Amino acid sequence: MYGNAYIENDGKQTNSMFADEDPIKLAEFEARIAAGEKIEPQDWMPKEYRKQLIRMIEQHAHSEIIGALPEGTWITRAPGFRRKLALMAKVQDEVGHAQLLYSACETLGKSREQMVNDLIDGKSKYSNVFNYPAVTWADSAVIAWLIDAGAIVNQIANSKGSYGPYCRALERICAEESFHLKYGHDNVVFLATGTPIQRQMVQEALTRWWPPIMHFFGPSDKISVHTETLMKWKVKMASNDDMRQQFLNMYVPKIWDLGLVIPDPNLKKNEATGKWDYTEPDWEVFKQVINGNGPCNAERLAVRRMAEEKGRWVRRAILSKEKKYVAPLA
Amino acid sequence: MEFTEKHVEGLKDLLYKMADDLLIIGHRNSEWTGLGPVLEEDIAFSSMAQDKLGQANALYGLLHELGESDPDTIAFMRNDKQFHCCQLVEMPIGGYDFSLTRHFFYDHADAIRFEMLKDSVFEPLAMVANKFRGEVKYHTMHADTWMRHLGKGDETSKARMQNAINETFPMALGIFEESIYEQELMESGIFAGEKTLKEMWLTKVEQIIESAGLTLPDINSVTPVYGGRKGQHSQYLQPLLEEMTEVFRIDPGAEW
Repeated sequence: MYGNAYIENDGKQTNSMFADEDPIKLAEFEARIAAGEKIEPQDWMPKEYRKQLIRMIEQHAHSEIIGALPEGTWITRAPGFRRKLALMAKVQDEVGHAQLLYSACETLGKSREQMVNDLIDGKSKYSNVFNYPAVTWADSAVIAWLIDAGAIVNQIANSKGSYGPYCRALERICAEESFHLKYGHDNVVFLATGTPIQRQMVQEALTRWWPPIMHFFGPSDKISVHTETLMKWKVKMASNDDMRQQFLNMYVPKIWDLGLVIPDPNLKKNEATGKWDYTEPDWEVFKQVINGNGPCNAERLAVRRMAEEKGRWVRRAILSKEKKYVAPLA
Repeated sequence: MEFTEKHVEGLKDLLYKMADDLLIIGHRNSEWTGLGPVLEEDIAFSSMAQDKLGQANALYGLLHELGESDPDTIAFMRNDKQFHCCQLVEMPIGGYDFSLTRHFFYDHADAIRFEMLKDSVFEPLAMVANKFRGEVKYHTMHADTWMRHLGKGDETSKARMQNAINETFPMALGIFEESIYEQELMESGIFAGEKTLKEMWLTKVEQIIESAGLTLPDINSVTPVYGGRKGQHSQYLQPLLEEMTEVFRIDPGAEW
């Protein structure tokens, strides 16, 4: 699961992003992308392209493993065999996505170990949405449905991007995410059509998660950094607002169909523009959470750090020069 | 052979303890999701946990056909005294050394148990055991691979694994705590008994532990941790069950 949020250009003007690149190679590179070709690890690429991709894929990978934490809490509490098995499989997929994405990112020259270290040192970010707690079972259902739905909108767009290994990883990820979405929807349907307690649980969860869901796609285009070059290089494939609109268009009717109330009195389809009107999300809150002040930032990183420390002896042993055992493949 | 009432009681007892072991170890293994020493181990423990849960569900399904409640009710509505799992499976996950050693000891016992049960005269059990055999093969392969990796890794890993083996072995022997129905199970041809299973298991695990450069403690020097099969459990099972059933109990009549 991942949202489209944190592409940064370090405040540089777009034309200085490649000022020191060989103009002929740059032109060839841009022509290949314009022609719809994929860029592969051994190909020439501008430094800025590599840097932004590493940042983006790395954040995506981190989001998958951090995202396993709020949902993972509910594996041990899932009601009944069917839900317990499905949630285990879902969260396992998310960890598998991290594995795929770290591998894709390694093709750009940064090792998994470096990436994980940057995560636990707080140097690299992950999707903001995982800094909120999953308070009840219904929260885990809303996450599986709507956050995964948001992730699919984002990831389908990015899978049409220019970097081959990332696109291929995303295609596999999207196929799995579509099952998560079905699982989440089924779960929400059971709650929304269930007993009064279940209906109340799911409504409260939706109310809690609506602001993070609106934040999920990143700041409004009006205030976000211009990323024209990154769009031209097909690193960034759609604007934050476009993806938010696409999500609202697909899911608001489905949420309303279940008789649930979305906590935004201004949310409605504007017949004149064909777009959704909504109350502008509080971007100050978003900024606060990104910068480490959300309800769960400290906890998420502490858990990750604890896991890294607890498992260090295992990683050290398998990298040991004394190792004599070679595992059979089958 | 016609089953007597005692044969059926023995069969149910066998199914309960097997299914309870699987449910609880599956639950424990799933706690590694997101926390493994490497991502690949999160994924491996989760895969094995899913197999265990699936197997527990199938065995509770057989109990249901023998007149017990449905699988969700059996799994989610009993207290610790009503569980027949061995104490080994209920222990917290601890470090990777303990979880791996538990997985190694437990899965080798299950692999042999399923191998024995595929010839059970109770055909529904023989059929599922035959299916489970194919699944647990990968679990033991995983355990053996890591046992050897870490036994032959560095000094730290070797020492940690030897300690884990020493500490876990008495609990692992609790897997083979005999049932009051051993005689009935053997004479009916339902199951060849815990004693036979334990002998085969000892030979198998000793051989792999030695190949990992580690040592299995002398069985005569340890006291097996019994009680689980009779509903006597460690302090850890009841809290596990409370967590596991927290949502289910909000409204047991609801469909989740």
